[in-house]
Amino acid sequence: MIHILRKLSRDLPAMLGLGIVLFVLVLAILGPLLAPYPEDAAASHLTRRLRPPSAAYPFGTDNLGRDIFSRVILGARGALSIALTVVSTAMLIGVPLGLIAGYRGGWVSEGIMRVTDVVLAIPQLVLALALAQLMSPSLESAMLALSLTYWPFFTRIVYAETRRLSASLFVDALRGIGAGTSRIVFLHILPNALSPVIVRATIGLGFTILVAAVLGFLGMGATPPAPDWGLAIAESRTYLPRAWWYATFPGLAILITVMGFNLLGDGLRDIVDPRIRRSR
Amino acid sequence: MSPVPILAVRDLSVRLGGRKGFLQRTILPVQAVKQVSLDLRAGEILSLVGESGCGKTTLGRTILGLQRESAGEILLEGRTVSGLAPEAARRARSIVQYAHQDAGAALDPWWSIGRTLEEGLLIHGVRNASERRDRVAAMLQAVGLDATSARRYPHEFSGGQLRRLALARILLLQPRVLILDEPTSGLDMSVQATVLNLLLELRERFALTYLFISHDLSVVERLSDRVAIMYLGRIVESGPAKQVFAQPTHPYTRTLLAAAPRLTGRRASGPSLVRGDPPNPTLVLPGCAFFDRCPVAMPVCQEAPPRLEPVAPGHDVACYGAFIEQTASIGAKRRA
Repeated sequence: MIHILRKLSRDLPAMLGLGIVLFVLVLAILGPLLAPYPEDAAASHLTRRLRPPSAAYPFGTDNLGRDIFSRVILGARGALSIALTVVSTAMLIGVPLGLIAGYRGGWVSEGIMRVTDVVLAIPQLVLALALAQLMSPSLESAMLALSLTYWPFFTRIVYAETRRLSASLFVDALRGIGAGTSRIVFLHILPNALSPVIVRATIGLGFTILVAAVLGFLGMGATPPAPDWGLAIAESRTYLPRAWWYATFPGLAILITVMGFNLLGDGLRDIVDPRIRRSR
Repeated sequence: MSPVPILAVRDLSVRLGGRKGFLQRTILPVQAVKQVSLDLRAGEILSLVGESGCGKTTLGRTILGLQRESAGEILLEGRTVSGLAPEAARRARSIVQYAHQDAGAALDPWWSIGRTLEEGLLIHGVRNASERRDRVAAMLQAVGLDATSARRYPHEFSGGQLRRLALARILLLQPRVLILDEPTSGLDMSVQATVLNLLLELRERFALTYLFISHDLSVVERLSDRVAIMYLGRIVESGPAKQVFAQPTHPYTRTLLAAAPRLTGRRASGPSLVRGDPPNPTLVLPGCAFFDRCPVAMPVCQEAPPRLEPVAPGHDVACYGAFIEQTASIGAKRRA
């Protein structure tokens, strides 16, 4: 663990990513304490609609007179909790399936992997939109839709790792000393397969925030008056280009957060998988 | 010499791989081990010698129970332990343990040595944590490693130390028969010597019997009581090590011994060198498998595989030529 951190500290983009992720995490946890107008999550002040950025409202105000700066800060918690829920649900589905498919072989494995391939072949956003449309548009249905489309990535990774590891000599040696299947799979194969899963999950967090914002923008995700970044951009469309600050700052929040997760994920991948390490 | 061998193998055959499937390429199975019979008496060291791919390792893994036999019988101290499903077979054969050729790769890289060694005890039902720790520490000392090694990880050890760890790991399970797969390959000469000395020392201390799989003839000659030479899944010659090395009878054994590099004595020369490669193991030939590489092949060799027959007490050879030579020499003596 210390070894990984030390390597990471030499990777400037990854450190930048880690910084952004930690910053967003702090915003998400302490949001209501840090925001200058925490009540603006729901309240509206029609007397101060669409004010440009100023000292009192650093990012300006929106169509209902709410402070955009506060709403961007308050939006971090929503974005992060969607991302964490989606990615952990996807892992909960994908990792066990990958372990079973990789260790068992035969038609069980074939069946799981073919279903995985089919789900993987459908563009994620399209499937998520279709699922979100089928159910009533709400945050929960968006999260479920995203989870149901993201698990195949984990299944693929875990399957490949399990295949490799179950043919490895140390697993053979474990069978030799009489270790049972569950001991081998959960105590030996799973921990050894975990690092690429963590890398994928980190990148997945950023990606999920982006897709959740898109779903919010299309009206399939968060519902007003929630301080959602994607929703804010959708609401700002009628006031563009005059109220440029309305779309710009939530957009920047999405951009920076997603970039942070991607930089961190790339950095972790470089450490875990030396084959695709950037030359420097 | 006890009357019942600690491990007996009777007509053991193992078929590997082979796949015939819908929409898939049909792959022919390989008959890796063919009708092998072996007796291992308590306390002795039997070496299994042969070139790469001749089925030595497969035979070892089958005896251990990691590979299922397709025919034949395995007896431990007179009890039949063959014909069982893999996990049941491993349980029935827990007095047999196997040391992998690549000792480093046989350890989980994420687990500390102490945890790995204790795991075996845990699997074998030692519930008390402090007892496990004590036994691991004692065993590390027995194989000549520091007790503090328990806190370290596999990548921190050298090749020789890893062999010691591999031995410690299986010895903790109190085996009586060890199958040692190339225990000295990839080690430099001085480390080889210390590992071999350790093996002899441990055999005394824990009353072990070794099945030693190797292609290093100098090590085999020094270490073993008896030798079995394998060629393409069959044992072609077996007997006391001294006698086989002094009087190799099967043409394959002769070429093998002649090809071994020596510091002193004659160099490998002309006709006794093995020509060509072993035939494709998926092919099933009716006659002797060594036929097309044999310097003394005769027409009869192509008809049926020769059986192991004694040429001297305890020394068996599977070669038609060996008996013709012998009968000829007996005949010559009679005439004289």
